[in-house]
Amino acid sequence: MLKIEELHASIEDKEILRGVNLQLKPGEVHAIMGPNGSGKSTLASVLIGREGYQVSGSVTYEGQDLLTLSPEERAAAGVFLAFQHPVEIPGVGNMYFMRTALNSLRRQRGEEELDPVDFLALAQEKMKLVEMDQTFMNRSVNEGFSGGEKKRNEILQMAILEPKLAILDETDSGLDIDALRVVASGVNALRSEGRSMLVITHHQRLLDYIVPDQVHVMTAGRIVRSGGKDLAVELEAHGYTGTQEADAGRLSTAGISR
Amino acid sequence: MSAPTTSTGISDEVRALANQEYQYGFVTDLETDVAPRGLNEDIIRLISSKKNEPDWLLEWRLRAYRNWTTLTAPTWQHVTYGPVDYQDIIYYAAPKPKKRVESMDEVDPELREMFDKLGISLGEQERLSGVAVDAIVDSVSVATTFKDKLAEVGVIFCSFSEAVQEHPDLVRQYLGSVVPYNDNFFACLNAAVFTDGSFCYIPKGVRCPMELSTYFRINAADTGQFERTLIIAEEGAYVSYLEGCTAPVRDTNQLHAAVVELVALDDAQIKYSTVQNWYPGDADGNGGVYNFVTKRGMASGRNAKISWTQVETGSSITWKYPGVVLKGNNSVGEFYSVALTARRQQADTGSKMVHIGKNTKSTIISKAISAGHGQNTYRGLVDMRHSAVGARNFTQCDSLLIGKDSGAHTLPYIEVKNQTGQVEHEASTSKIGEEQLLYCRQRGIPEEEAVSMIVNGFCREVFKMLPMEFAVEAQKLLTVSLEGSVG
Repeated sequence: MLKIEELHASIEDKEILRGVNLQLKPGEVHAIMGPNGSGKSTLASVLIGREGYQVSGSVTYEGQDLLTLSPEERAAAGVFLAFQHPVEIPGVGNMYFMRTALNSLRRQRGEEELDPVDFLALAQEKMKLVEMDQTFMNRSVNEGFSGGEKKRNEILQMAILEPKLAILDETDSGLDIDALRVVASGVNALRSEGRSMLVITHHQRLLDYIVPDQVHVMTAGRIVRSGGKDLAVELEAHGYTGTQEADAGRLSTAGISR
Repeated sequence: MSAPTTSTGISDEVRALANQEYQYGFVTDLETDVAPRGLNEDIIRLISSKKNEPDWLLEWRLRAYRNWTTLTAPTWQHVTYGPVDYQDIIYYAAPKPKKRVESMDEVDPELREMFDKLGISLGEQERLSGVAVDAIVDSVSVATTFKDKLAEVGVIFCSFSEAVQEHPDLVRQYLGSVVPYNDNFFACLNAAVFTDGSFCYIPKGVRCPMELSTYFRINAADTGQFERTLIIAEEGAYVSYLEGCTAPVRDTNQLHAAVVELVALDDAQIKYSTVQNWYPGDADGNGGVYNFVTKRGMASGRNAKISWTQVETGSSITWKYPGVVLKGNNSVGEFYSVALTARRQQADTGSKMVHIGKNTKSTIISKAISAGHGQNTYRGLVDMRHSAVGARNFTQCDSLLIGKDSGAHTLPYIEVKNQTGQVEHEASTSKIGEEQLLYCRQRGIPEEEAVSMIVNGFCREVFKMLPMEFAVEAQKLLTVSLEGSVG
């Protein structure tokens, strides 16, 4: 599904990713944990094709070279990012935005577009997953949404666009426990055999709800440790600093062990 | 979001339009009655006699002309262009009618064909859409539809020339009452040489039963277009008026110096909407229309209300400040504007709100979009006089920049001469969000479409003030005008 090898990325001569290796199989959910500034969000940005980075290394997604595709082509290939800070688009209706997005994807894939009526039915079905009501759909994209509403809106888009690879960037940040529960159950409902997820977080809390198959620890632009879900618990107890020291000097390639 | 025509409704048809060049660039081969180039008192006498005008009007024109010769063109605006040779312009060009037109069926077929090409089928409009149209080619009104039906309720809607002949008292009373002939360089020029325009009178208590519309078209080469519009709404009257403009593609600049005067008496309401799509010039800035226009409303009565809504996508240079003089107590002035400058277009535009009466209220919402090498300046005046007790103004100026070579500038002037006035001014400038674009593209929406979507969203507050057909038109225009400005 996804194979990242020796991925480097720098911005204005500052190297942020310094050789990331990671492999994700269909249906797997991997968590990437690490302190602020360790390069987690940069990894997400590079995977979706944000401009401004010098990138080297390789990212193979479903057999194709992901790095050569434009952001919209990556989206059409099934890559989705739930943004850490979803942007507001004033004056553009949420419902219209999502329908346009879905139809753009369908068009790029050579599928027939959905008319507004069919789309509405689809959207209403998916809105239940994240406990959103129609009023959200009538507002402008993310405009005036609370932090929790924005995150739910991201998961709703994921539900509607049905990606094969979903990257969740700090989806838990700024959420109270109720909102976290709603978002997590939405994500869990979308777990399936054909859909892989990369969950980026620095709190173990989220992983109590979204239980990962693997946990990777990222510090200073590299994955320094990988393990099962218990690793997250250990990190919570000892912190990243401990991990960093414990792993100093031995670079893990556990992420591509399989 | 209930209407399909708001920003949320960009259709495929519109997307297809995005691939077009300026599509109104054809020239119609009409036989034209043309005056010699240049301007002097004889030309003015010629225009006046061609129009069979009364002496007082000729005198007014001549006063304007003599005053104009003492004026120089303004230089304070934030636009640059070569000198205009006012002696090299043709001041009168009329499509030669075979004879006086009595009904729509008698309009010159070539003219009708031209309007069909523009998507304004006069006959169809008359039958289907319920919009009364006054079509003006090269400053001369060629057809006014729906006249009879309007006359039943006492509404006068005709060409300016006709009004001079048939309603001279009204014209004499109001002409120049809002924009005097010596108001400014271009208004003064217009007063001297205007050839036609639209005239509209809504009697007391009448709500005009349909939208009134004028369609302007510059067809002849090297001509200036100097039309003059006068709208009078008597006590309690209401009218919604639409103005649209196109011109052929020409590599020389064309001058358009129009004047619009609105008068609203007690409890009257005038809503004036413009979609301006004059030829903007090519990518290198050759050709295009100089759009130097004076538009002003006089809310002279109690509770009078005047709203300007404009979508400006054309012209190589735009210089206009539609304003309202709020003379009546509790009168209201509004200005909603979208101004787009792409290619090498320049716009210096905004609004003037002059508060004189008590508790007068004004709102200015300006959305400026600059793409390519476009330069966009908002210039606005809020003037609260001593007498304007309890006056309020709200101004919001938002600018959106696309690309690295475009510019946006905001120059608000605020003068408040009484203690009770309230003025709020909000301004923002944003680059079309890299973040917004990425967000759209990450969801699969291609870049050009994303830009169009974001820009239409940005303008939504203004678009929703437009009548439905115009809102659709405006969105199409924005999409077309932005073509190629990304990347």
